[in-house]
Amino acid sequence: MTAKLILSMDGVVIKEYPLSQERLTIGRKEHNDIVIDNLAVSGEHAAIITILHDSFLEDLDSTNGVEVNGVATKKHFLHNNDLIEIGKHKLKYITDEISQTSAADFEKTMLMRTPAKQAPSPAKAGDTSSFIKTQSVMAKPVDDKASEKTGKFEARAPIPVPAPPSPSPAAATAVPAAAIQILTGPNAGKELELVKNLTTLGKPGLQVAVLTRRPHGFFITHVEGATFPSVNGQVMGAQPLQMKNHDIIELAGVKMEFYLKG
Amino acid sequence: MNLNETLEIVSQTNPGMVRSHNEDSVTQDAVCGLVVLADGMGGYNAGEVASGIAVSVTTTEISQYLQHASPTDIDADSGDELGVVLLRDNIRKANSSIYHASQSQPQYSGMGTTIVAGLFYDNRVAVGHVGDSRMYRLRNGTLQAITRDHSLLQEQIDSGMITMEDARHSKNKNLVTRAVGIDAEVIPEIHVHKAQPGDIYLLCSDGLNDMLEDEDIESALYAMQSNLTLAAEQLIQMANDNGGRDNVSVILVKIKGEFAAPRRWLAKLFGWFKK
Repeated sequence: MTAKLILSMDGVVIKEYPLSQERLTIGRKEHNDIVIDNLAVSGEHAAIITILHDSFLEDLDSTNGVEVNGVATKKHFLHNNDLIEIGKHKLKYITDEISQTSAADFEKTMLMRTPAKQAPSPAKAGDTSSFIKTQSVMAKPVDDKASEKTGKFEARAPIPVPAPPSPSPAAATAVPAAAIQILTGPNAGKELELVKNLTTLGKPGLQVAVLTRRPHGFFITHVEGATFPSVNGQVMGAQPLQMKNHDIIELAGVKMEFYLKG
Repeated sequence: MNLNETLEIVSQTNPGMVRSHNEDSVTQDAVCGLVVLADGMGGYNAGEVASGIAVSVTTTEISQYLQHASPTDIDADSGDELGVVLLRDNIRKANSSIYHASQSQPQYSGMGTTIVAGLFYDNRVAVGHVGDSRMYRLRNGTLQAITRDHSLLQEQIDSGMITMEDARHSKNKNLVTRAVGIDAEVIPEIHVHKAQPGDIYLLCSDGLNDMLEDEDIESALYAMQSNLTLAAEQLIQMANDNGGRDNVSVILVKIKGEFAAPRRWLAKLFGWFKK
């Protein structure tokens, strides 16, 4: 379970170092945990800080700097298989994938005790209330993403942005690309690529349905309105319906075709 | 004041795709405008015992107290509003109940729970939380977390040690720095926020926000805001589609209109007329 660094030069592995201590130093001088005896390496060149399962690389103001995966960096949160380069030496960061059996334990919420909490003093109970602030101040606003909405299908065509890292990229990429082409109405001929996990169709207040992308395909679900959408002429029910290639959806008086791409 | 007409509340809980049992607990009381969600931890069934105690103690105590008091009353001892005091005191009460159960019964040793509770009154929401269960607010299409986790990761983000982006990939997501029932005392964090008609509040266990990006939660809530039951189902389904590695619970509260508390003098005036 412990992560490790594999030191190599010119493709030849020199040594493995487990990241079992909180701070591990890399440098030319003898007192470092990883000693690289090369003049391109500073006396104290870099350090790896490990906190439980996470490790960070820090450049200790070295003369020649540190690169991670080809990019010069001062501080870096290490991912599995990251390649740290110090001069001609390379350090590969390996953190074991969590095995299936331990995955459940790993996800379990656990309390991290602070030393102060382990020795509760009688005074603690008295002054707790002073810590609690009652205020109507909001947390700092997050980035305004309101512009990235597809409120209705009249909205602009979605910009094909690279998908953000999702917790389970495998699940997201397994689904083939699909799109909706509008067949009738003022937007006839327009195409809407289904790049998001969730695409809204219809007019809010009148009739709304969503198309959701799931690991095993696309589904249409009725959300709002007295009339339910129909698929291939059949009015759908309250249950989500899986879409098939070339299904014709009709909602809010507009016909559109669902099709798989590529 | 009965908030049944003003608040639409939907709650759902699901064991997820990996766990055999559900250690989350949720309750709602639309009449007094109270929602509580807890995510228990501890061996065997101790986790669900802890989260069960947490939601039942807080909900029972607060709803009973509010039968003959208003959350806007000022508590004489602390000078704070009763709504805030009730949340604070009853989370602490839940803490001692769980702590004593775990001290007296070996099978419950070390059990604990997170909690997030919202009390809606007078066009506001008082939010109390301990641990990493969250409350979000969707307002004008933008989702924002209005609680800040009591977790190692949040502390690292606050201290600038790790960026928000890197935090997504951290393997230390599951470590909370505060929990209900672990120690003899707990400090709940309480804040009061203004609530507006149209707002949707989401309370969730980390089984939701660990499996989904905030952007995904936002787009699902936004798209399905007119159908809260569907929105709750969708959120849980998305978390499960992404692996569902933990129990997933959500409570959604939609503000359908103003709910200002009747002013005291006005109430007295009406009372006087009624005589």
